[in-house]
Amino acid sequence: MKKDSNTRFPDRSGMIWYFMKGSVRYFLAAILFAALVSFLDMVSPKIITFTVDSVIGDDAPAVSPFILSWIERAGGVGYLKTHLLLLALLIAAIGVGAALFRYLFRVNNARGAETLVERMRNTLFGHIMYLPYTWLGENSTGDIIQRCTSDVQTVRRFVAEQLTSLVRTVVLIVMALGFMLSVDRRVTLASAAFIPVVMGYSLFFHMKIGGEFKKADEEEGVLSTIAQENLTGVRVVRAFGREIYERDRFEKQNDRYTGVWVRLIRLMSMFWSSGDVVTGLQVLTVISLSASYCVHGTMTAGEFIAMVAYNQMLIWPVRRLGRVISEMSKAGVAVDRLRYIMNAEKEKDPEDAVEPPLDGDIVFDHVSFSYDGKETGEVLHDVSFTIPSGSTIGILGGTGSGKSTLLYLLLRLYELPPENGHITIGGTDIRRIRAGYLRENLGIVLQEPFLFSKTLSENIAIASPAAQEDAVRYAARIAQVDDAIESFTKGYDTFVGERGVTLSGGQKQRTAIAQMLIRKPPVMIFDDSLSAVDADTDRRIRTSLRESIASSTVILVAHRITTLMSADKIIVLDRGRIAEEGTHNELIEKDGIYRTIFELQKAGLAEEVS
Amino acid sequence: MGGENNEEKVSMPFFGLPRIYPFIRKYRLRIVLMVILGALTVLVDAAYPLFNRYALNRYVGGKTLDTLPYFILVYIAVLLTQMVLNIVSTTMCGTQEMIVNRDLRNAAFEHLQTLSFSYYNQNSVGYIHSRVMSDTGLIGEIVSWGMMSLVWNSAYLISILVIMLAIDLRLAGYIILLLPVAAVFLTYFQRRLLVYNRKIREINSRITGDFNEGITGDRTIKVLNIEEKMRRDFETDTVDMKKTSVRASHYSALLISSMTMMSSLVLALVLWKGGSLTEEKLMQIGTLSVFLTYALEMLEPISEIIETLSHFVSIQVNIERLTRLLAEKPDVFDTPEVVAKYGDSFRPKRENWEELHGDVEFRDVSFRYPDGEELVLSHFNLKVPAGTNVAIVGETGAGKSTLVNLVCRFFEPTEGAVLIDGRDARERSQLWLHSNIGYVLQTPHLFSGTIRDNLRYGRPEATDGEIMDALRIVSADGIVERMDKGLDSEVGEGGELLSTGEKQLLSFARAILADPRILVLDEATSSIDTVTEKAIQNAIATVIAGRTSFVIAHRLSTIVGADVILVVRDGKIIGSGTHEKLMAEKGYYYELYTKQFEELAIRKVWAGE
Repeated sequence: MKKDSNTRFPDRSGMIWYFMKGSVRYFLAAILFAALVSFLDMVSPKIITFTVDSVIGDDAPAVSPFILSWIERAGGVGYLKTHLLLLALLIAAIGVGAALFRYLFRVNNARGAETLVERMRNTLFGHIMYLPYTWLGENSTGDIIQRCTSDVQTVRRFVAEQLTSLVRTVVLIVMALGFMLSVDRRVTLASAAFIPVVMGYSLFFHMKIGGEFKKADEEEGVLSTIAQENLTGVRVVRAFGREIYERDRFEKQNDRYTGVWVRLIRLMSMFWSSGDVVTGLQVLTVISLSASYCVHGTMTAGEFIAMVAYNQMLIWPVRRLGRVISEMSKAGVAVDRLRYIMNAEKEKDPEDAVEPPLDGDIVFDHVSFSYDGKETGEVLHDVSFTIPSGSTIGILGGTGSGKSTLLYLLLRLYELPPENGHITIGGTDIRRIRAGYLRENLGIVLQEPFLFSKTLSENIAIASPAAQEDAVRYAARIAQVDDAIESFTKGYDTFVGERGVTLSGGQKQRTAIAQMLIRKPPVMIFDDSLSAVDADTDRRIRTSLRESIASSTVILVAHRITTLMSADKIIVLDRGRIAEEGTHNELIEKDGIYRTIFELQKAGLAEEVS
Repeated sequence: MGGENNEEKVSMPFFGLPRIYPFIRKYRLRIVLMVILGALTVLVDAAYPLFNRYALNRYVGGKTLDTLPYFILVYIAVLLTQMVLNIVSTTMCGTQEMIVNRDLRNAAFEHLQTLSFSYYNQNSVGYIHSRVMSDTGLIGEIVSWGMMSLVWNSAYLISILVIMLAIDLRLAGYIILLLPVAAVFLTYFQRRLLVYNRKIREINSRITGDFNEGITGDRTIKVLNIEEKMRRDFETDTVDMKKTSVRASHYSALLISSMTMMSSLVLALVLWKGGSLTEEKLMQIGTLSVFLTYALEMLEPISEIIETLSHFVSIQVNIERLTRLLAEKPDVFDTPEVVAKYGDSFRPKRENWEELHGDVEFRDVSFRYPDGEELVLSHFNLKVPAGTNVAIVGETGAGKSTLVNLVCRFFEPTEGAVLIDGRDARERSQLWLHSNIGYVLQTPHLFSGTIRDNLRYGRPEATDGEIMDALRIVSADGIVERMDKGLDSEVGEGGELLSTGEKQLLSFARAILADPRILVLDEATSSIDTVTEKAIQNAIATVIAGRTSFVIAHRLSTIVGADVILVVRDGKIIGSGTHEKLMAEKGYYYELYTKQFEELAIRKVWAGE
């Protein structure tokens, strides 16, 4: 990673805010409704207190004058005494209201959480799509996916569950304490004294148990690996007759893993049970204190009931608070892991990027390139050649000769540093051409094409959404893959990756050829794209291609002389340098690599010519 | 991928639990004890409001504090008792869960060691792996915590009801009337939720698939310039996810809020009816308050019970899958007579094992793969005397492994017999045969652990000296010397810390160390650097010398020097003989060989040789 100051999200909260755009209002609504729920939940005991004390009992109503005036308007305490149903209905109504708000709270919270996750996923995916090809090569696929799935979930859980619950918990605690204070200050203080104890204990425990959980995860990972390796290596296991060893190894690790969990369970059960005792003591304190105040006449029976009820509401949020705080550090790590992706710089076009017609001559002018920017690891060295518009050029090269690098430079998958020469199309330096436009017009068929889990027809038309069904079929026919596709039961609607459907390497290559043909790009590049088809199909494809793409510029990379021999010009690339250059006949005249390989392949050639 | 997406719906009597019973049978006493303890904890739990009632009636109502010290003492005593009960019962329960998990995992793993290759061919590693690792966990959870929760909550509910009935029959009657209503509500919502959750899981795996495709297909996406399309397609999935999740949340929100609403209604009812009773002096104020407490707490256990039951419903699939795995019968197995003499895979009777010389004979063998339709071998006969080097050649996917599978008895002939040292292979145990076979795979498979662990795989008692000798024979000693911890160096998961060539050499050394009489070699086609290539060629020559060997051959040197060459095309053996004989025939072998030779020559041109 580069310097933090230049990056898009220099800190964690900045990125969380960015992700939360669009969901904040739901979360705010959720918190508001949650507060309403808590409020109504606490009003209920108040009404019960009033009913038990002043309506059923004989105490003077201990409520504010404002509420008293409402009671008078309703007919006074005496009236309520004979109409308890009214009060019951009030409780029921509050219950219904609380239920409604609870529903709204949950739905808003869920909507917030889902909006958040949607935004995170879309942003991440969208960002990854536009990251430079080289970035994706430097990072492991599994790791990125892990970040985009489980780390996203961790952040979501933190925001939707912990963060809102943190706000709610604080509100609850304040409210419960407030209500308790309005009843009796002394008991409230005694009860509140337990808060730091319970919270500290809970925090301590969750920090401690976090490490144990990590250990359990690690042990599970080891166990899982043993199973995985056993299953993938089943041949080795059986052939060496090592079933006993494998079983013992698995059982031993299984015992370890189980052991960690048993210890964890013991810890947790100790924590919860002893936590119960602490909160039980709190309840006991409240009950005994309140009882003695009642006896001394400084508290009423109704207040006693209310006090006990409010205290009950105080206990849970306090215990939860410890957990929320300990979760925070976990979420922080996840946020950092996402930040790593979001801070990677997208592929960039210059601001004055142009979109000239791309059917002109392609010129490589003293191009040198190395992946690490150093001269020692040069993959291409001072390569210069011209591909006239509308001509076909063949490139012959061995493994590591730099032919793929050459093509990737042309497509700007690799960026050519300014001092390393120029590549121009129709006179325009490709560094000035918008990358998307460039790739749209330079069609390439990769040696190992990737097909998407869509239907074959969708795969062929993937880069040309307007293409009709018959265009798809026409392209498939020219690419000589129509027979293979029609041999599947579902034909063009066959799903790639579907069970029981396997496309051979050659079929994949031909599907990719169709995929390019349907776009009719002015420049067509074949990166060893016929390597997996047999010589006969190779020839048929070339014949049908020649008829359909007469006006395009064609770059053919191949290792079969027959594929290359009819090109207008052939370049032999050897270890990053152009070793030979010319037409087939010219190269045959020279006593070089081309000719040697030609001689070696002569047997196959004779067959083709005949 | 592979079967995990289409979640089957399974329904079995008693949620399929009887099938799991054999695994919990031996713990049944512990489980009963655990349940009793759990029920006791719950009883104590249910007693708390009684303290409240006592305090109200005695102290608040009676205006005296005479028994307060005892009250406090008893309260604390109950608290402590409950703590102990809680610790013991939850620990027991959690431990039980883990033990059942462990047993199930062990059973599944051990069973997998006996299953035949046809099972592995038909089920993906991912599928089998999640049977062993995740189904077991879910089942363990349900048979411990699920049962415990059922017992706890039923006990709690019943004790609340009993106490309420004991305190006041009429008032309790009103409350009990509400129970069936609540149960119907909850069941309905739970069922809807189950459907949505299944759907959410499906979409979720689709999204993970999208990420995977977007990242592994990056090059194709870039050159096709379809970043924008990929992004849009992805967003249809995330929108789908959001819609479904939000809809599911409506149900869960309705579930929770209707629960609390009902408890408010109960509260109102008790206040109304109970209040009247108290006014008429038919009930004490303390009793009323207890009732109010119970009325509030009653719905909690009901919702827990219903949630647990829905859990039982959804776990049936996992029980079904796991028990199906455990019931799977291997295609290749040793007869009882063979087991009696030679032992089975886990209890071998090595003292009865004969020495293996290495004569192999295919006698009138016809063979069809268990999942195939066509005979790939038909009345095939071949004698391979001890020490013979057999090369098998053909194109990729032509079915070169078939013969090797039969020699190793990974599969058995449909008709005819494979004879080892003149006797049908089936007359002796699989482990006996396998203990005498060495196997080197094209894609070398190493296990995570140290180099020593890996090399000793075929012979656990090998000394470091022997290990080093073996390494030297295949010129792999350099690898070990280069690593900082020598033989103790870790190779990483699947050997990822080593290069392919290094892994290849180590797996040769492993085979040499095992010193097998029969050696199977699946040569690598992948081009590695020339130095390693030479080392590997030498290693092959050393390893096969003096042993019966079957080599799935790609290297010319191996082919030319072989005693017998079998030519395979489209799954069938179409020719056999020495190199000279086959070349003279100018048939398919000739074609293959010339092509190979040409490729090799071209490789040399580029390498500047």
